[in-house]
Amino acid sequence: MTETVAAVAFDDAVSRYEPVFGLETHVELGTITKMFCGCPAAFGAEPNAAVCPVCLGLPGSLPVVNRRAVEYTIRIGLALNCTIATWCRFARKNYFYPDMPKDYQISQYDEPLCTDGYLDVAVAGTVVRVGIERVHMEEDTGKSHHMGGATGRIHGADYSLVDYNRAGIPLVEVVTKPVPGTGALAPEVARAYVTELRELLRALGVSDVRMEEGSLRCDVNLSLSPAGSGQWGKRTETKNVNSLRSVERAMRSEIERQAAILDAGGTVVQETRHFHEETGQTTPGRSKEEAQDYRYFPEPDLVPLAPEAAWVDGIRASLPELPAARRARLQAEWGLSDLDMAAVRNAGALDLVAATVAAGASPANARKWWLGELSRHANESGTELTHLPVTPDQVARVAELVSSGQLNDKLARAVLDGVLAGEGSPDEVVAARGLAVVSDEGALGVAVDEAIAANPDLAAKVRDGKVNVAAALVGVVMRATRGQADAAKVRELILAKLS
Amino acid sequence: MDGELTRQTAADLAAAMAAGEVSAVEVTQAHLDRITAVDGSVKAFLHVAAERALAAARAVDEQRAAGAPLGPLAGVPVAHKDVFTTADMPTTCGSRILAGWQPPYDATVTRRLREAGMIILGKTNMDEFAMGSSTENSAFGPSHNPWDLDRVPGGSSGGSSAAVAAFEAPLGTGTDTGGSIRQPGAVCGIVGVKPTYGGSSRYGLVAFASSLDTPGPLARTVLDAALLHEAMSGHDPCDSTSLDAAVPPVVAAARQADVSGLRVGVVTELGGEGYQPGVMQRFTETVELLESLGAKIVELSCPHFAYALPAYYLIAPSEASSNLARFDAMRYGLRAGDDGVHSAEEVMSVTRAAGFGAEVKRRIMLGTYALSSGYYDAYYGKAQQVRTLVIRDFEAAFEQADVLVSPSTPTTAFRIGERVDDPMAMYLADLATIPSDLAGNAALSVPCGLAPEDGLPVGFQIMAPVLADDRMYRVGAAVEAALQRRWGHALIDEARGLDGAGR
Repeated sequence: MTETVAAVAFDDAVSRYEPVFGLETHVELGTITKMFCGCPAAFGAEPNAAVCPVCLGLPGSLPVVNRRAVEYTIRIGLALNCTIATWCRFARKNYFYPDMPKDYQISQYDEPLCTDGYLDVAVAGTVVRVGIERVHMEEDTGKSHHMGGATGRIHGADYSLVDYNRAGIPLVEVVTKPVPGTGALAPEVARAYVTELRELLRALGVSDVRMEEGSLRCDVNLSLSPAGSGQWGKRTETKNVNSLRSVERAMRSEIERQAAILDAGGTVVQETRHFHEETGQTTPGRSKEEAQDYRYFPEPDLVPLAPEAAWVDGIRASLPELPAARRARLQAEWGLSDLDMAAVRNAGALDLVAATVAAGASPANARKWWLGELSRHANESGTELTHLPVTPDQVARVAELVSSGQLNDKLARAVLDGVLAGEGSPDEVVAARGLAVVSDEGALGVAVDEAIAANPDLAAKVRDGKVNVAAALVGVVMRATRGQADAAKVRELILAKLS
Repeated sequence: MDGELTRQTAADLAAAMAAGEVSAVEVTQAHLDRITAVDGSVKAFLHVAAERALAAARAVDEQRAAGAPLGPLAGVPVAHKDVFTTADMPTTCGSRILAGWQPPYDATVTRRLREAGMIILGKTNMDEFAMGSSTENSAFGPSHNPWDLDRVPGGSSGGSSAAVAAFEAPLGTGTDTGGSIRQPGAVCGIVGVKPTYGGSSRYGLVAFASSLDTPGPLARTVLDAALLHEAMSGHDPCDSTSLDAAVPPVVAAARQADVSGLRVGVVTELGGEGYQPGVMQRFTETVELLESLGAKIVELSCPHFAYALPAYYLIAPSEASSNLARFDAMRYGLRAGDDGVHSAEEVMSVTRAAGFGAEVKRRIMLGTYALSSGYYDAYYGKAQQVRTLVIRDFEAAFEQADVLVSPSTPTTAFRIGERVDDPMAMYLADLATIPSDLAGNAALSVPCGLAPEDGLPVGFQIMAPVLADDRMYRVGAAVEAALQRRWGHALIDEARGLDGAGR
């Protein structure tokens, strides 16, 4: 069996085979109501509480298209440089499944709303243009819960419960054209594409794109052909790829697996495979699915969709600045190198830094705090930067306190600690912990006198003109004041007293 | 008085109630009594909602007493086809798979009947999921034709047509997919109307073929049909295929009953070979009658109508195969084989095998095949092309004529059991009605006499362009009035099938 062939190392595989991949990405739209009825589309209702005759597919019920979902799909299509159809139809995809209320899914088949676009992604300093085949709308299904078994899977379960709250949630499927020619970078390009798409969807305000809640799901199509052969091989479709990291891992694993089959003189079976997060491997899906004939035909319950040109133009005019353009603008405004900018983006700090700058901090300061101290906190507590209990406004305030000399870096770190510990705003933490820099000459004078008295050798050297040694005395004062003294002021006083 | 009440038209009952001569409760009770007396023979109803009907009638009487504004049909009883969902009565579609199903919501048509103050007497029998022309495909047994209890009342809306012809209700609702209102109307000697597709809402109409299903009225007079037509119809935002247009003024047209100068097109393809001689005879006489009333008769050809029936038997089953997928035992209706051993998939299969009748299974298989990959273009795709050609034939014909006419059905009512083993013979009952379903235009069947050879009623079909429904009411009312003048009474008064049962 092909499954037992030992995998080939990735670098070896891509040195001899050319990967061609394509991605199908399902995105849950963030509409208030479902695709074809007025039920709430929000996450987290009691099972089967967000349902009605339409999304339950009760006999006699009929769908009515959610105008906002169409608008969102057009927004996505325009942002992906697609052509928006002037006339298109929904289609029924027929198959029996308990969590599908009508035993058909309303989708789009040969007449999608958006076609023929592209999305540029930057990987390792080069820009790869990923072609977009189509963007179409469809409805989600319900969710089965298999009860009583050990695994939570259908096999071995005593019975199953179905929650139809998800049934009818609007989905958009973004399908790329095949992407050839990326060689060893293929997994990275795929990941960069999904990353860029996710940022784009967020910027468009059409979805909150929480992969962990399943609001963005990927299927990865992949084939290998001998390098230079110019012909594409048999492809597999890997489902259940639900995180950015998984996109990359699933592709690597599938490249290694297919290379091993080809090395052994075998043929890759064109099939659906499933990715397993735990092992990083793919396994074959049910072959029954392959035999499925969906009997697509135009949905007779819905009239054709013909978005008016004026409406589409209005949507086009309302598109926000798209992520790539925004990044370029911010990078120029902040004066960052490509590398520094990449670091900000990779840290997931772009919006935070931008908001902090908008709140008055300098780009350098905003970047310093988010990528330094705060990233360290996030790593230590195992959370995302965006989930830290500190706001860009608060970070800007801390930076302002440092710039105005009211805090030094050490004190500023202590203030942020306080804010993160829930002790209040930066000003409240400063007040509560008594962290303000001491620059009062009277108070500092006493500390300086004590330091000079306790260190006569050092004082003598300064008197002899070795001004550098003053730094050591400053250190003594700082220690004595637990870091709260205004170091510049202290140095000034020491030099004045020892001149 | 009670015996008289059930013989009255809806218009006359409404007028009598408005004048305070009779109450809605009395009218309702009279019809419930009639149902009790004759429905054991007719078997028009699957469910009689006596208490609810009387309660609704009392409510109308109270509103009237309080001086509330009421619609033109307030207090008039109606027999409601069991294909429309009703939140207070079961909805079975004549199928074992939905036996006892209680929907949680009202169809738009049901809601409109209630809002009009109409009294729903109960739900009427039908061919299972509206697939058939005789009610013999009902899982609950056939209804009987009040002209001859051994004959079918037509179908699929045969329960409603039998109820109206048997004076169990002055009005009935039906749905027309291939002729399911006009054909039972014709063979029961009453008026049956298929409005323009999209003129009346499909929301809550359990779908057979979505692109064809059209709710419409059954009545004993053209005016009564028009009154119910207006009460049922109008734009519905819950049905995307519902037309956002004003309901054509059909009541005014039914009162106008004037055909002078109107161009009446006789479609050569809908008549002649395959049509019963007595049917053709009455049809021809009626065309002559129209001419005598001042209409201009035009002979014209619609060459693609010959392919309408086969195209219909690909399109309708294709849509049905998908529409009926939801009856899978998971959420409502029959569940068979759920023994803890069978998987969900097996339960679906066992339930559908046990719950659907032979004709429904035949059409599901036919439609599944027609939509299959590799066959789609040759069957479903080709049928849609034929449909376009039929639409073009109508467009060309309506340039030469204001309305088109034909016999409503090739034959009069056939005997129960006569065609059950011959699906093709059964399908031919819809030969003349199917073209208007494919094209979505309006069509009406009005009684035009009895066939000499069997003494059974013949229907005269009048077809009008999309949203010109009023035109066919004008013609239908003129035919009806002229024939009544000639006969001295309404044709339905000659129905003798129930003479031994309560007449």
